[in-house]
Amino acid sequence: MLHNLSIGELADRLAEKRVSSVELTRHFLARIERLNPGLNAVITVTAERALASAAAADARIAAGERGRLLGIPLIHKDIFCTDGVRTSCGSRMLDNFIAPYDATVVTRLERAGAVMLGKANMDEFAMGSSNETSYYGPVRNPWDTSKVPGGSSGGSAAASAARLAAYSTGTDTGGSIRQPAALTGLTGVKPTYGRVSRYGMIAFASSLDQAGVLCRSAADAAEVLKVMAGFDPKDSTSVDVPVPDYPALLDTPLRGLKIGLLREFFEGLESRNAALIQEALKVLKALGAETLEVSLPHLPLSVPTYYVVAPAECSSNLSRYDGVRFGYRCEAPKDLMDLYKRSRGEGFGAEVKRRIMTGTYVLSAGYFDAYYLKAQKVRRLITDDFRAAFDQVDLVAGPTTPTPAFAIGAKIDDPVTMYLNDIYTIGANLAGLPGLSTPCGFVDGLPLGLQLCGPHFSEAKLLSAAHHYQRATDWHLRAPGGYE
Amino acid sequence: MSLTRQDVEKIAHLARLAITEREMPVYVTSLSSIVNFVDELSSIDTGNVVPMAHPLDGQHQRLRPDTVSESDHHEKYQANAPRVQAGLYVVPRVIE
Repeated sequence: MLHNLSIGELADRLAEKRVSSVELTRHFLARIERLNPGLNAVITVTAERALASAAAADARIAAGERGRLLGIPLIHKDIFCTDGVRTSCGSRMLDNFIAPYDATVVTRLERAGAVMLGKANMDEFAMGSSNETSYYGPVRNPWDTSKVPGGSSGGSAAASAARLAAYSTGTDTGGSIRQPAALTGLTGVKPTYGRVSRYGMIAFASSLDQAGVLCRSAADAAEVLKVMAGFDPKDSTSVDVPVPDYPALLDTPLRGLKIGLLREFFEGLESRNAALIQEALKVLKALGAETLEVSLPHLPLSVPTYYVVAPAECSSNLSRYDGVRFGYRCEAPKDLMDLYKRSRGEGFGAEVKRRIMTGTYVLSAGYFDAYYLKAQKVRRLITDDFRAAFDQVDLVAGPTTPTPAFAIGAKIDDPVTMYLNDIYTIGANLAGLPGLSTPCGFVDGLPLGLQLCGPHFSEAKLLSAAHHYQRATDWHLRAPGGYE
Repeated sequence: MSLTRQDVEKIAHLARLAITEREMPVYVTSLSSIVNFVDELSSIDTGNVVPMAHPLDGQHQRLRPDTVSESDHHEKYQANAPRVQAGLYVVPRVIE
């Protein structure tokens, strides 16, 4: 079936005119209509715009143009601004917000001929690890609809896993691409900080936020990342480093690649999860990689460090939602202070308010040094640990998550327990490193992920290692029952 | 350390957030547990460590020439505003 084909296979069929982009788009739109009600993965469907883009892509193909993403449908996380289309960020605050311009990620993909089918549900303002904090309700995991898909890019993950689009975009501030990718059996890539433009991507924590992709294979991810990545003068933290030809580099031999096993990641890891990771590393070794143990002694501090730095940045970033210029405004404010307080109190959900208050506290007079400055120092210790590890090895490996997908409702009332879901992913964000999660097996019928992480701008190595692994295994090809 | 209701009220005021009576006890408890959780950092020796503000070393915020690069979009942007009059954002009276 069309929806199980890879991006490369779809591009070939489109080029050979065995299928048109309009047919492909109709096929995915029909799947969204039929399957999305059971998942709540897509919160805005842009059918008309999609069919118009598809027709335009067909015309480009007919004129002889070829492109790996030309005419292929995707779903954008609803954190990316889309001109003329509601961009809610999963929040009541932006429920009525029609973005007045496109994010650079959207522009770059559109220029390559990608067809946007709609916008994916997400944790409110990307704050969550289960997609339960969305104003639009929780997303369900296609592998078991009583389970969460992970978050914050939970809608993107569920949509790609259920084959509602060929791929989806996401953002990752503390694991929000890699964790949901692991919990839904996808390949998720969080690039180096600054690799992909953040222009038009609604800000959560500006020194950590990075855009990436959720795909069904590393080869697909390489195609999409090649288009998304690159310098953007509109993002002051965008990095002017040439973008390698990721797809062309996938076949780079693994021989001699040194992979470090993060000792801290295996301590206390549930035995069945640990066994899958060890099995995956055996496969990589058989393909020519070498493995050795490395230690990052400060890594266990990454979650408390993150929960100072990220809320601090969030409290600053989200101060723009004032009920005056855009977004939600409360009814009948009695004065300006009442307008600010009630618009924000009613417009933001519980977790967003918790993070804003945590951030306000750690930045407030008398606490700044003890919390924020302290966390920025520990952040450097963690980053230095990674740097020392990369003197010994090319990549580091470990689990993406402590457990497979958990039940909807299981952790939502206990923020600290929820925060610990990201224990293995947050380090890469603090250090600005690229990370990738690839499916590596199942526990109780639910997928789990192997995480690879490398030095700055090592995306090509991560993708190539994952690609070799995926040619030797078939975990990434499994589809959830009912969505094959 | 645990936060009191007065602490949370003060933080909520600084953050310009109206917190309802029903929400208040939940935030007193959960913010206390978060503050306790991040307190682990206080035991770490960071004597000579320089705080890290940017994940990429040697990267600085770029400046651009101070020239006009945008056209006027105010009508499009104000279409999202809750209340606008004559191109101005309308808020409750501030000065009597």
